[in-house]
Amino acid sequence: MWKWLHPYANPEVSYHFTGKLIPWFTAISVILLVLGLGLALAFSPADYQQGESVRIFYLHVPAAMLSMGIYLGMAIAALTALVWQLKLAEASIAALAPIGATFTAIALLTGAAWGKPMWGTWWIWDARLTSELILLFLYLGVIALQNAFEDKSLAGKAASVLAIVGVVNLPIIHYSVEWWNTLHQGSTVSKLERPSMSADMFIPFVVCLFGFAFLVARIFGERFRAEIIARNSMRPWVKALVLAQEKN
Amino acid sequence: MNPRRKKRLTIVVSILAGVAAVAGFTLYALNQNIDLFYTPTEIVQGKADSGIKPTVGQRIRVGGLVVTGTVKRDPESLHVEFKLIDTGPMITVTYDSILPDLFREGQGIVAQGILISPTVLEASEVLAKHDEEYMPKEIAEAMGKDHKKLEYNKD
Repeated sequence: MWKWLHPYANPEVSYHFTGKLIPWFTAISVILLVLGLGLALAFSPADYQQGESVRIFYLHVPAAMLSMGIYLGMAIAALTALVWQLKLAEASIAALAPIGATFTAIALLTGAAWGKPMWGTWWIWDARLTSELILLFLYLGVIALQNAFEDKSLAGKAASVLAIVGVVNLPIIHYSVEWWNTLHQGSTVSKLERPSMSADMFIPFVVCLFGFAFLVARIFGERFRAEIIARNSMRPWVKALVLAQEKN
Repeated sequence: MNPRRKKRLTIVVSILAGVAAVAGFTLYALNQNIDLFYTPTEIVQGKADSGIKPTVGQRIRVGGLVVTGTVKRDPESLHVEFKLIDTGPMITVTYDSILPDLFREGQGIVAQGILISPTVLEASEVLAKHDEEYMPKEIAEAMGKDHKKLEYNKD
């Protein structure tokens, strides 16, 4: 059933395959981000209560959603790394963690910038903000474990265990606004019913979300390739690659 | 799946299940402490499941909607007084500082302060809570939503 996947477990095949995808991801993310951010920042209407501050939302919500999405992806890679002992899965954890940490930090900082004018405070220890901060610490923990051991495979294992265990935090972040009363408002766009948002704000948001998602894919591709090269530097195909580049 | 992978998968899944259970029980036990604020109903009648009521003199947060027509501002100072409601009884909040921009009648707010009598909170901080509705001005007007900033009556 999974036979078609097997060739991609080979670092060399994966390296070249990712290389082919990167220009596409670059193009798609540039187009979507120019379109989405243009619509969001210049053409979408101001909110009836928040005024212009609502525009922070077009960066804050995609960053927050992606910070959780990236973590889920990292945890799945960690499961694969532990159970199937796939070296490439360990490389992808190393490639994903810093991207996720950055997006979590963006979500926290833009949230604080919105909270000050709207709520009246930069920070409050409510369930949503605190659990998102814990997500940042989980990412930093994974990065730290990755670099704490000389032995790459031991480091990969330790980071994988933390990444899998931390997945417990994801439903807590998502449902925090329902389970407890918080200062943070409830979900707007991931509600199952009609989103509580008018279409001329929702469409720019969706375009931005996909734009940032492809940006993540593009950065991941680049980092993943670098990780593959770093972990296979003694292999003949990498040496051949370097020699070929020196000739040009 | 070969037996070694099966064994590793079992170990990983059971660790995850164990951690999830620990986190679940911890959060369940801490349930009331994680809530950011009491609602006015909980202050008067106690928490729905445990009946715990905050005592007079305790430092707490209250969250609810500002009752329309109850905002009284002292013309001489920053002192302001208003009532908060959720689904049941109301409580009174007094405050001596600058209110956030989103503060208006009918708006959800969270006030932190000291309970000076069973239904009066002397707030040291008032934060506006925003709901999950986002819409442009025109639609809000069409729906009859009031988006004007609060105008204080002089009396």
